[in-house]
Amino acid sequence: MSWAWVEVKPNENDLLHPGHLACQGCGATITARLALKVFGKNAVFVIPASCWSVIDGAWPQHALQIPVFHTAFETAAIAATGIRAALDMKGRHDVHVVAWAGDGGTFDIGLQALSGAAERNENIIYITYDNEAYMNTGIQRSSSTPLGAWTTTTPDERPEDRPKKNMMEILAAHRVPYAATASIAYPDDFIRKLKKATQIKGFRFIHVFSPCPPGWKMASNLSVRVARMAVETKVFPLYEIEDGEVYTITHWPKGLPVEEYFKLQGRFKPVLKDPERLAYVQRYIEAQWERLVRLHEASHGYLPEEARATLRSAI
Amino acid sequence: MKLIEKSQYTVLKGNYAVAYGVKLARVEVISAYPITPQTTISEKLADMTATGELKARFITVESEHSAISAVIASSLAGARSFTATASQGLALMHEMLHWATGARAPVVMVNVNRALAPSWNIWTEQTDSLAQRDTGWLQIYNESNQEVLDTTILAFKIAERVYLPTMVVLDAFILSHTSEPVEIYPQELVDEFLPPYEHPNAINFDDPRAIGAFARPDYYMEFRYNIQKAHEEALRVFKEETELFAEMFGRKYDTVEEFMLDDADYVLVLAGSTATTAKYAVAQLRERGEKVGIMRIKLFRPFPVEDVRRVLSGRKKVAVIDRNLSFGHSGIFYMETKAAMYGAKDRPPIFGYVAGLGGRDIRPQDIIDMYEDMKRREEPENIIWKGVRV
Repeated sequence: MSWAWVEVKPNENDLLHPGHLACQGCGATITARLALKVFGKNAVFVIPASCWSVIDGAWPQHALQIPVFHTAFETAAIAATGIRAALDMKGRHDVHVVAWAGDGGTFDIGLQALSGAAERNENIIYITYDNEAYMNTGIQRSSSTPLGAWTTTTPDERPEDRPKKNMMEILAAHRVPYAATASIAYPDDFIRKLKKATQIKGFRFIHVFSPCPPGWKMASNLSVRVARMAVETKVFPLYEIEDGEVYTITHWPKGLPVEEYFKLQGRFKPVLKDPERLAYVQRYIEAQWERLVRLHEASHGYLPEEARATLRSAI
Repeated sequence: MKLIEKSQYTVLKGNYAVAYGVKLARVEVISAYPITPQTTISEKLADMTATGELKARFITVESEHSAISAVIASSLAGARSFTATASQGLALMHEMLHWATGARAPVVMVNVNRALAPSWNIWTEQTDSLAQRDTGWLQIYNESNQEVLDTTILAFKIAERVYLPTMVVLDAFILSHTSEPVEIYPQELVDEFLPPYEHPNAINFDDPRAIGAFARPDYYMEFRYNIQKAHEEALRVFKEETELFAEMFGRKYDTVEEFMLDDADYVLVLAGSTATTAKYAVAQLRERGEKVGIMRIKLFRPFPVEDVRRVLSGRKKVAVIDRNLSFGHSGIFYMETKAAMYGAKDRPPIFGYVAGLGGRDIRPQDIIDMYEDMKRREEPENIIWKGVRV
């Protein structure tokens, strides 16, 4: 057998170099590339146990062209806090300290430290790349796993029967200056939110929808399409919350039926076969969406024209 | 006028002695979570940082696990960092104690020895810190409040020379909440002893490295080897720095303290504030003509095997008094002392006493009883309980 070697020269403007260890089509990797376009070299990533503990590479190499601080699973927010404190003492106010955690490290084991840092309004940016399960250990459910999904610990015979934990509401309850959702399928929206976050002082949280082809049982070329469908079906709305009070939906979705999103992935096979269950999931999504639209309306005093079409009555 | 003559003499509780040591060390980041009997350290440091007496960031965290995680990170971002805890708090930190060592973060932590629950008990016992002996931290035990202040300063110097985290240990209440005369040194003199902190592998935006990246089996073992070598180096560094400290501050410490040992046939081995009680008892025994002395273990990790052998070889009998217990085996200083003596020349029989758990008093008469019990016994035993009601 012979090997064909292709020399890959990294783009000088790209701060994520080739040679990283992500799977093909990895949403978490696209998330990082996009984020680094905003942060540039003046950022340190604080990475708890997660896919990104592996993606960056094995010692003595690493793919990110910024400093990386690996830390234990439950400590992303507090390690970032410690680094921020040290850099402040050294007068390095010009750099961003970014906690870079998966959903397990954010929604579950890291929630205590995250709550502490959010409540103290630490001057850090916390980004969670959400692939909706413990993917690095091989697809076990987390509290981010959505209603109806298969994982290795919620098998087809007993798929996930609880809705995804609402992290944005938890952050809003801490009255942090900025919290936003984003998606790799809407890079302009994500980048705008990142830029906004970098201009705010205090605790900033961005929740990025980052599809995982092996974990979601889908082809690796579908990551962006699936991420887009999650938004357009109202499964993962794009919005931001300022000071825990002001809700703004930043993209008005088409309001497609949830099957359109589910059928692209193998993990929703059991729910797709169960019309009653599927209808329940759809009702849940509509209720959540309506609630969010009302919060937007309450924050701004009116609803834009395109909002009407997204409400339940329009389907 | 020499700098040392500018020292202030005052009366301090052990926990405040810690705080003054931290202040003199010019610590830059502090993070701690309240737990009895550590809390007054945090309170004093919070005051000092609030008034600007100490220029540091104090992070009031939501758990001890976060306290240690914060200071590991700040230490590797280039700031001298400190935390303090006790008992349950130290146990909660366990994961990150290993992390501090692996990441080579020279943080200093004070642990106030307190018994572990259940049953809830806030009084002194050494099991909390000794149970962390395999985490790779240096551990230094103390007998007086002056020693606590001195050791806090020394700990930063030693930790930052070998890039290993260091635990300074003092007894709950007997030291932490008891007032003693303490000399507080002039800042300039401490500055001469302890230069500003630098870490060669700290986060550097001009040389962006990954700190703590995963290492496959082809590299991991070398990291572990380097940590062991650093511990071996730490023994030498401890000797050097305690010598220098004695020259500059006039107080001499060593890995073990030798008390009335010159002609002693019998040796009592112990650590912490019980040594003060034991010294009083031994002085009484000496008046009765008993040839007995004390070896107080100050440095527990790295364990000073050579010094222990030098002191104990050739004695008639040795009694180790442990205010701690490794269930299913014996007192921990006892097993460490025995292991160090294995293969030593003229090894004496070594008797293991367990006393004072959960803060039960160890009185001078108890020390005398244990000494007399050891003299009477023929065969060594791993656990001889003192003062337990059964």
